[in-house]
Amino acid sequence: MNAAYVTLALPLAGFLILLWLGRRLGEPAAGWLTVLLGAGAFVGAVVTWATLVGKPAEQRHITLDIFSWIPVGGLHVAFALLLDPLSITMALFVTGVGSLIFLYSIGYMHGDPQFSKFFLLLNLFLFSMLCLVLADNFLFSFLGWEGVGFCSYQLVSFWFERERPPTAGKKAFVTNRVGDFGFMIGMFLIFNHFGSLTYTNVFSGLMAGTPGALASVTATGIGLMMLLGAAGKSAQLPLYVWLPDAMEGPTPVSALIHAATMVTAGVYLMARIAPILHYAPDAQTTIAIVGAVTALFAATIACAQDDIKKVLAYSTISQLGYMFLGIGSGGYSAGLFHMVTHAFFKALLFLCAGSVIHGMHDEQDMKRMGALRRWLPITFVTFSIGWLAISGIPPFAGFWSKDDVLAAAFHKSPVLWAVGFVTAGLTAYYMTRQVALVWWGRSRWSEHADAAGDHGDGHAGDHRDGHAGDHGDGPGGGHGDPHESPWTMTTPLVVLAVLSVVGGAINLPFGRWNFLVRWLEPVLPATIAPEPHVATATKVVLGVATVVLCAVAVVVALIPWTRRADNPVLEPAVLQHGWYYDEALAALMAGPGTEAADFAAYKLDKGTIDGGVDGVAWLVRQAGGGLRKLQTGYVRNYALGLAGGLAVLLLYVAVRAGG
Amino acid sequence: MTVPGAWYLGLAAILFGIGATGLLVRRNVLIMFMCVELMLNAVNLTFITFARMLDDIGGQSSVFFVLVVAAAEVVVGLGIIVAIFRRRQGATADDLHVLKG
Amino acid sequence: MSPAGLLATVTHYPDWVVFAIAAVAILLGALGVVLSHNPVHSALYLVLTLFGVAVEFVNQQADFLAAVQVIVYAGAIVILFLFVIMLLGVDREESIAKDPLKGQRPTAIILGVVILVEVITIARFKNWATGGHSAAGALSGPGDNIVKLGQSIFTRYLFPFEITSVLLVIAVVGAVVLARRPQRVASELSGGEQKEAVDS
Repeated sequence: MNAAYVTLALPLAGFLILLWLGRRLGEPAAGWLTVLLGAGAFVGAVVTWATLVGKPAEQRHITLDIFSWIPVGGLHVAFALLLDPLSITMALFVTGVGSLIFLYSIGYMHGDPQFSKFFLLLNLFLFSMLCLVLADNFLFSFLGWEGVGFCSYQLVSFWFERERPPTAGKKAFVTNRVGDFGFMIGMFLIFNHFGSLTYTNVFSGLMAGTPGALASVTATGIGLMMLLGAAGKSAQLPLYVWLPDAMEGPTPVSALIHAATMVTAGVYLMARIAPILHYAPDAQTTIAIVGAVTALFAATIACAQDDIKKVLAYSTISQLGYMFLGIGSGGYSAGLFHMVTHAFFKALLFLCAGSVIHGMHDEQDMKRMGALRRWLPITFVTFSIGWLAISGIPPFAGFWSKDDVLAAAFHKSPVLWAVGFVTAGLTAYYMTRQVALVWWGRSRWSEHADAAGDHGDGHAGDHRDGHAGDHGDGPGGGHGDPHESPWTMTTPLVVLAVLSVVGGAINLPFGRWNFLVRWLEPVLPATIAPEPHVATATKVVLGVATVVLCAVAVVVALIPWTRRADNPVLEPAVLQHGWYYDEALAALMAGPGTEAADFAAYKLDKGTIDGGVDGVAWLVRQAGGGLRKLQTGYVRNYALGLAGGLAVLLLYVAVRAGG
Repeated sequence: MTVPGAWYLGLAAILFGIGATGLLVRRNVLIMFMCVELMLNAVNLTFITFARMLDDIGGQSSVFFVLVVAAAEVVVGLGIIVAIFRRRQGATADDLHVLKG
Repeated sequence: MSPAGLLATVTHYPDWVVFAIAAVAILLGALGVVLSHNPVHSALYLVLTLFGVAVEFVNQQADFLAAVQVIVYAGAIVILFLFVIMLLGVDREESIAKDPLKGQRPTAIILGVVILVEVITIARFKNWATGGHSAAGALSGPGDNIVKLGQSIFTRYLFPFEITSVLLVIAVVGAVVLARRPQRVASELSGGEQKEAVDS
């Protein structure tokens, strides 16, 4: 299975090469090298996929042992790859979308002094992500999990000279860490119960549909802990706060990591532990509820955001909520299907946003855009395709996947379906609002420029300095008209747009067209992941209702937002501030959080634990000091001691020997 | 009728007790030494008594050796006392407390 | 017992009488040693005790040892004591009234009493002598005490005998070393200058 090794090795090689020679290669060689290696990895994934397709369904899992990592006692963890339908699916779209984004980055990061470092980190990220999805055991996956977290931190804080990116990077890392705690506890529980961390060992006994020795409580515990880990990585409530702030990173990073790949790691994890979740219905319900609530919550916030990337960030959180909703409702294939389509259109949307930002000379405030369709035609067309896809308009990809998720939710509970239904409407609404503000309406940027007068500084093209205008503090546009992006940036847009159109074909609900469901069947058999069965008639009714709602939402959004950019009624402060969730967290951390930390640090650590250790020493000293008093130096006292000992001995003899 | 051994042993015990108490109470070094001699004599008396009660010559041999060793001990002990107290007039055992902990 | 009975006891039981008188001497001497202010008096009381012990020895058919006791103990050891007493000038009286070490005196007296009581207790409830008879040779029987003692020492206890001989030599050497004054520092400088000996 050499192709899989190639897939994993190429990004690693890229990382190492750029580590040593990055500065020498410089721009744009470092970028092209990365694109080539990424494409090579994709080819490797395709070849592996083809090999798996060539095998009969039961044999579609291959384990490749690279080397034994931890052989300690009962724990045997290896650097080994498990090639089965689920991991290959993930690998395919990770490498595919990743390569496109690498290509895009060459154009986007043009002129940045740290060009090679960016691609170095992209290579490392791809390698870590592949480790995560191709691993054959929890610990190796966790290694990749941490690796992508680290790369996310590095890439979000890429422009570290500025004030906000490092803070955002730290926030991302720390919040992820809270989730990682859950992942680790889950791993401990799994090892404790199953005695192994390898997927095949853990799951093989459960695939038949009988729980065996797995108690429902243990399964629920594992499920909830893993959910905590996934919530951190995939930005669900309550650990979503890092994702909007992570938009401080360059847009390709937002597209790759925070839309298409890293955030889907949580979804992948949930799908992986499906055999365990099957025996933990409470955990499944929790997953579904978390997903649904997150989806609605984030969608409401997205309706009031001004920054073009923040809207997409909240949209990502919301769509991830959909995926969790699907998985929690038992529709694993539905959730994974939505993951794949979402990767296509969300990456597309982010890259388009980056194109707009690039074309608008680093302006990100939508209120200062408008009527850009004449200036950035390719971006306009591709963005619109992404918009239609995410809004769930047939026959674009998003419609099919969202419908599958909603059907699964309906099977689980009509309430959950209702939440998802409303969220779908909101999604269509805020995306349409964004389209209206950016592409239609009046060209507010030119009005702004005229009002502000000429600007003599040449900010154009220099992202590093120019990003002072990111959040609208600088004068923004007005350094010339907006321009379309170079071919390195528009090509990926076109490819992703095509995928957003036809992507739905991988799992159409008509007869034998449900390729994805059947492809994933060996990993998610009906014994542990029964398809949530909804009657076809019901499905059609639900689907039509959703489409109608979305169409209405589109119209409702177009009317006010094409006319005016300011509609305070539709943008209440509470939504703009994200329901004050961040503020609440800060207050919690500053108040009780600090108190708890102080308590733990001073009372517990210094007082009790250090005190205990020091106390032992103190005790010994006191005892020594006390005993020291026996050494008076006077011979007669010592003689007294001798006499006392003699008295005791004689007493013993008298008691034992006498009577 | 001979005196039963128990009486001698009792006498030796009392002698030993007096010697021990004297050792603990007196401060003059030489008198402390003499109390040690009292205790040794008590022991000798005990040995002789047991030799008689058990009809064993070994008891008397033990006394022989105790006498020899006591003599040697006195020699060395007095030598030490002379060495330590040569210069000090009226020194007592309490003046040697340099090893106080 | 009536005086007549007591007299009868005396004539019928000479051993008891000797025992009693010697016991009184021993105890008087011991108390004198302990309670005397003057060390010289203590030494003399010690002699009294030693004589008493020698008499008890004779009473128990340990003739040779009684003689040795008098010669060695009373004759040599007490003389040594007296030499040192005179040499060091410790004939000054020490104050017995108060003990500078706290709690020493009461504890000592209590312990002394306790030890005594315990020994007596052991004596009352137990057979004193439980060893095997004549383990090292018979005491009674024909032959002189000294002959039997000599035979025992030079055959059965030969090794301890030799060791104690060595011990005596060591003790003598040690005493000589201990009691010697520090060496005079003799000057060996060229020119024949002689420094005064430093008398420490």
